[in-house]
Amino acid sequence: MSGAEAPRAVLSPVRPPPAPPVPYRFPRFEISSLENGLRVIVAPVHKLPVVTALLLVDAGASTEPAGRDGVANLTARGLLEGTMRRSGNELTEHFERLGAGVFAGADWDSADVGVTVLTTHLEAALSLVGELVLEPSFPERDVARLRAERLADLLQMRTEPRGLADEMFARFVYDPVSRYARPEDGGPDTVTTLTRDDMVRFYRNRYRPHGSTLVLAGDLSVDEGLTLARRTLGRWDGRADRCAPPSDAPARTTRAVHLVYKEDAPQSELRIGHIGLPRTHPDYFPTLVMNAVLGGLFSSRINLNLREAHAYTYAAFSGFAWRRGAGPFVASTAVENDVTAQAAREVLAEIDRIRAAPVSADELSLATSYLGGVFPIKYETTDAIARALAALAAYDLPLDYFDTYRDAIRAVSVADVQRAAERHLHPEALQVVVVGDASEVKATLEAMEFGPLLEYGADGADITD
Amino acid sequence: MRIPIESYRLSNGLVVTLSEDHTAPIVAVNLWYRVGSANERPGRTGFAHLFEHMLFQGSEHVAANEHFELIQRAGGTLNGSTWLDRTNYYETVPSNELALALWLEADRMGGLLPAMTQQKLDTQRDVVKNERRWSMDNQPYGTWSERLPALTYPPNHPFHHSLMGSMEDLSAARLEDIANFFATYYRPDNAVLSIAGDFDPSEARALVAQYLGAIPRGPASIPPLADMRLSPTFGGARREVVPDMVMVPRLFLAFRAPVFGTDEYYAGSVLGAILGLGKASRLQRELVREREIASDATAFTFDLTQGADLLVIDATARPEVSSDALEEEVAREVAALERDGVTAAEVERAVALIETSFVTSLQSAGERADKLSMFAAQFDDPFLLNEQTERYSAVTVDRVNAFARARLGADNRASLVYVPKPGDGGLPNEAEAASGAAR
Repeated sequence: MSGAEAPRAVLSPVRPPPAPPVPYRFPRFEISSLENGLRVIVAPVHKLPVVTALLLVDAGASTEPAGRDGVANLTARGLLEGTMRRSGNELTEHFERLGAGVFAGADWDSADVGVTVLTTHLEAALSLVGELVLEPSFPERDVARLRAERLADLLQMRTEPRGLADEMFARFVYDPVSRYARPEDGGPDTVTTLTRDDMVRFYRNRYRPHGSTLVLAGDLSVDEGLTLARRTLGRWDGRADRCAPPSDAPARTTRAVHLVYKEDAPQSELRIGHIGLPRTHPDYFPTLVMNAVLGGLFSSRINLNLREAHAYTYAAFSGFAWRRGAGPFVASTAVENDVTAQAAREVLAEIDRIRAAPVSADELSLATSYLGGVFPIKYETTDAIARALAALAAYDLPLDYFDTYRDAIRAVSVADVQRAAERHLHPEALQVVVVGDASEVKATLEAMEFGPLLEYGADGADITD
Repeated sequence: MRIPIESYRLSNGLVVTLSEDHTAPIVAVNLWYRVGSANERPGRTGFAHLFEHMLFQGSEHVAANEHFELIQRAGGTLNGSTWLDRTNYYETVPSNELALALWLEADRMGGLLPAMTQQKLDTQRDVVKNERRWSMDNQPYGTWSERLPALTYPPNHPFHHSLMGSMEDLSAARLEDIANFFATYYRPDNAVLSIAGDFDPSEARALVAQYLGAIPRGPASIPPLADMRLSPTFGGARREVVPDMVMVPRLFLAFRAPVFGTDEYYAGSVLGAILGLGKASRLQRELVREREIASDATAFTFDLTQGADLLVIDATARPEVSSDALEEEVAREVAALERDGVTAAEVERAVALIETSFVTSLQSAGERADKLSMFAAQFDDPFLLNEQTERYSAVTVDRVNAFARARLGADNRASLVYVPKPGDGGLPNEAEAASGAAR
């Protein structure tokens, strides 16, 4: 090669070994209950003058009444639209003059309201959080606007291949009786019909201190945290009943290919997977490590195969979505049209391979040392610490969960990984979802004979002939 | 709010900045090379970014993809990114693996070329083409990031062309170009190394000297960029309409703006936050909440440090709103701001939000290291990090209003408008027709 006329560097050929490891402990925290049943978790972290407050309510999408898909998200977002004392504009103005960007939303398992502020503004910000949680007004006009914004999102998804692929995948994997078959924030059919009354009813039933958790992480003491919690949420009352998680019934038990038409798409979005297992399943750790070998990391099998060996894609990953009920397992990638079928074949082959033969000791140690090693890096911020503690509450994890996490990861053996792959990956039940240009990819997908080929429009309507 | 900062220069020209924090046993290593897409030659667009991929393909003592594996095996996270005026590479690792991170960075700074092969280049070229399809060509509005600079910087200006590059130019990249690009820009005297987190300063200094101290300076001087200075305004309105595979119109309205670091920049940044940061910002309050014209509306700056920056309003129409109506409503907000100015309460709100976000970001060792590298690489002064909150607090109503008068006028607006391509999804024509009456 010409041009490389720079003088040669003196580089050390020897890779330096690690220094002795420095011990790490997840921040100490205390859990208490207020008289009204609200659980309060305080984690003092005095690194910077910042506190994150996160209120977790048992009001996620999986607690919605039948036919009211989307009410959980709409209700959570509606909290920010005004209280009995002030309008939505005044409320956000107050928060933001404290430098606090407040957010509220709902996922499958819970609704949350959170704010990160400089310590000096904590009390004022928390008092506003208390006000919007205890006295929301859900103004009619703003309810209509939030509904219209959700419908606009749904409309936009018809040309957004990644979101579309995720939604379609859920629909093809779960039986229609399962809430997990339908969009977390609701589809057009139910969202159009949601009213302010639905939100008020959902709020009254689900937004109760008994069953909710307030997490405070950052520059404060346990006593300060408890005093603030009592002052802002102490007069809240009632109990929300625990709901059963959504059904894990599959849409089909045999493999099929689902081709969703997106004309002129220069790439195919691929989703390959099936129903996984709940967050509280005893095989959580072996399954986490197994997936790290299969497709959880850059250096995992699926990415090295599809990206580095074949250059089919920019990135390819797999993962289990951890929820109270059995969330999906899915391998995701976006590939060029002319290699769509080959890429799907490679993913299926990797899933077969990890079940057929034990992973190497080297692969196992990469997965476990990565998962154990990045643990402290994941919890650098008050927001991340608060979210971790919220998960502890949401899934009733043991109190020593964070202190034993790294040991639990390191204890996973080659045999455990093998067992997790055999038990929790089901090649015969994999659904292959392709969002792409049918004229370019249909023929090769058919030729591969993965299973019956079903075809759909971008709105999900079955157009198989 | 101040964090501890040390800075020094090795004899080979490498600038080093250190910031200790022993809250957790982790350490971030971050390298900024003063090279970005602005340094590319015509016909070689996308090269700086393609090159970033090649830096993970191994070096003299590191096999292809081994950089990723070694850092992940050590329990670390890593990546790199390319921007118009710089490229960065970074990892956060458990603090007992600092030497490994430095060794890996040294090996690719000093020994990339012996490991380069045609096959690696071919693979990464295809990976990058797929990155382009994924992030731009198959995403609604995905091409905005190359269309907006093309619309707002003159042809031949170093910021005019696509950072991701054209498919044609990516295909044309040769191994010889890799060697030349590397020798020209990837050298200690064109880089900044920052270390933030849990380390002992004297040990860190020794490790830096051991692994990076013997890498020689580049042989020749670094080719200067063309004069990047531009007049303070576009000197007229610019507009591009892009029919695309989208369901609703979206407007990117850009203003030529002062470069990052100047007093005027901070006024502009506060003005941007008044317009589009947070739910109580003007665009959110007026266009999203009150008039229901947009489903989202924000404002941001590119934060370029040379030539000229951009302040950009990004507004997405509600489905029943036409692109014309969206443009009119955004223009009305801009005109009101230019004419009537802002209030002290608005400045206070914007500065408070910016300050919280800045302090919060410094919780992460990786963010600290990246910001230190940025101030050291672009201003030769990492200590500027500790002046940022004061720079923002010093912004007054008068300064924001002066910025508005100077920069928001009709002679300084560039509109990039995405509209639904007729025939896609069957909505655009109905929506355009309906919106005129409804709005």
